[in-house]
Amino acid sequence: MEEKKYMNSYLAGFLLGLLLLATIFITGRGLGASGALKSFTVAAMDTVAPAHTGSAVFYKEYAGEHSGGPLKNWLVFEVLGVLIGAFISGLVSDRLGLKFEKGPSATNKMRIAGALSGGLLWGVGSQLGRGCTSGAALSGMAVMSTGGIITMGFIFAGAYAVAYFFRKLWI
Amino acid sequence: MGPLVPDIISANLNYIAALLIGVLFGMILEQAGFSSTKKLVGLFYGYDFTVLRVFFTAGVTAMLGVIALEHFGLLDLSLVYINPTFIWSAMAGGLIMGLGFVLGGFCPGTSVCAAAIGKIDAMVFIIGALLGVLLFAETYPAWEHLYKAGSWGSPRIFETLGISQSLFAFLLAAVALSAFWAVSIIENKVNGVKEAPVRFTPYYLALASAGLLMAVSSFAFTPRKESILKAAEAPGFAQAYKLDMMTPDEFAYRLMNDREDRLRIMDFRPEAEHAGLDLPKSSSFTMDNLFEKETSKALLIRGRINVFAAEDELTERKMAIIAARLGYKRIKILKGGLKEFREQILNFKPAKTASAFDRDNTYRFREKARRELPALLKNSKPAGPAVHKAKRILGGC
Repeated sequence: MEEKKYMNSYLAGFLLGLLLLATIFITGRGLGASGALKSFTVAAMDTVAPAHTGSAVFYKEYAGEHSGGPLKNWLVFEVLGVLIGAFISGLVSDRLGLKFEKGPSATNKMRIAGALSGGLLWGVGSQLGRGCTSGAALSGMAVMSTGGIITMGFIFAGAYAVAYFFRKLWI
Repeated sequence: MGPLVPDIISANLNYIAALLIGVLFGMILEQAGFSSTKKLVGLFYGYDFTVLRVFFTAGVTAMLGVIALEHFGLLDLSLVYINPTFIWSAMAGGLIMGLGFVLGGFCPGTSVCAAAIGKIDAMVFIIGALLGVLLFAETYPAWEHLYKAGSWGSPRIFETLGISQSLFAFLLAAVALSAFWAVSIIENKVNGVKEAPVRFTPYYLALASAGLLMAVSSFAFTPRKESILKAAEAPGFAQAYKLDMMTPDEFAYRLMNDREDRLRIMDFRPEAEHAGLDLPKSSSFTMDNLFEKETSKALLIRGRINVFAAEDELTERKMAIIAARLGYKRIKILKGGLKEFREQILNFKPAKTASAFDRDNTYRFREKARRELPALLKNSKPAGPAVHKAKRILGGC
């Protein structure tokens, strides 16, 4: 069976918008992703080095804001759902399978280094900017938050500013 | 009504909701093509603008939906999480994430999607992201100053820009529509497609008209508060509006004889202007309280006699009209305001030329009220300001 074509972008966007609206109506908060990464990191550190997380400022502030442990978190459940949903979608559209995707002129090493450092930057940036594309930019736009929209602008500005220098990775 | 958490959906059920929402989120992202870096970074090299289309359509749809729900009073935005604005960290964080986008080819949400269908590069990205959070956590003291600098609270973008909500929503929708058009041209140029990017086919016409309709709808869905206030403030409207009135005499009587504890007074005077007149069974209300889901619940309790009180009747009228517009029934206002209550009851002086009827009935009551009420008022313990108990939902990443 051949991979199915992707959904029409506007239809997908409209559905995503309705989902975000429903999320805000039901839960009073938007979608997110990076917050779950934070929860996983904090949970891992709690297990590996409990003495350290008991004393470092970041973990203490986190514990103050999140009662009930780092994994009992709305975004953790949501991101688990994303994993399931994306898997189902991949199954239905026949896109499952271990694949290593990279630009046509990029080497494997380049791609791994890029993915690792890109992820690292997202980890740092999403903490500093209080959210990523979903939590700050998309959800911020839905509730017209000034901070969210500024973050969105700077994510895209930052990306366009450096895209030219890293074109070898992708084209 | 909304948000349904925590009143209708409990905190624990909310986790199940999160899982289901996540499943749909993952499905839509994957179906849109966000599990492939080729589609994602196409945005930065001009060959595929799927991300922009999906992202802006979703953002504008949700934004207009939020505006419409608020307009119809179905969503109390004072409870919804509005991402706080810390200007410097928002900009610095954004730039770092932008660099990460080009290097890594994903953002956190899309990397999870891609990893779920087996993309190894996405798994590497997630490991990087976890390490990034760890790095931030461990070096947090160095970031802390930047992280917390330039706090603006949680303003909405139209407030920051000083324009109306409707205008901003319209402009954003219009920018999105123009962007969709512009990127189609760029896309076809980069990919060497000869076909005109936008053609007058039913598909494009339907798309354009749906987009325009959505953009214009932002003017129809004015903020609820604004439109209700405008109606209440219209000249002559409040004076002529038919409302249930309570005379000062009845008011005094109910204050003195309320064995069934039915009377509740919503005191709309600013607290500084109480001038020694504190009313029993009253709580201090402001106009904003009427719009709040939590505080306005007090108006819904059955069997209560809710009286709006203010120094002058006109203020009472306006507040009662707002309450009526918001759907609250059985609200009475004190005739003539507290000013008249003071004159007729508290400082009662019988007129010299009064009919025998007046003397026997009204006056006898007022004399009694004048004697008894001061002690009652002196001992009164108003409930203080109607407290906005419900807190904003903690959201964000």
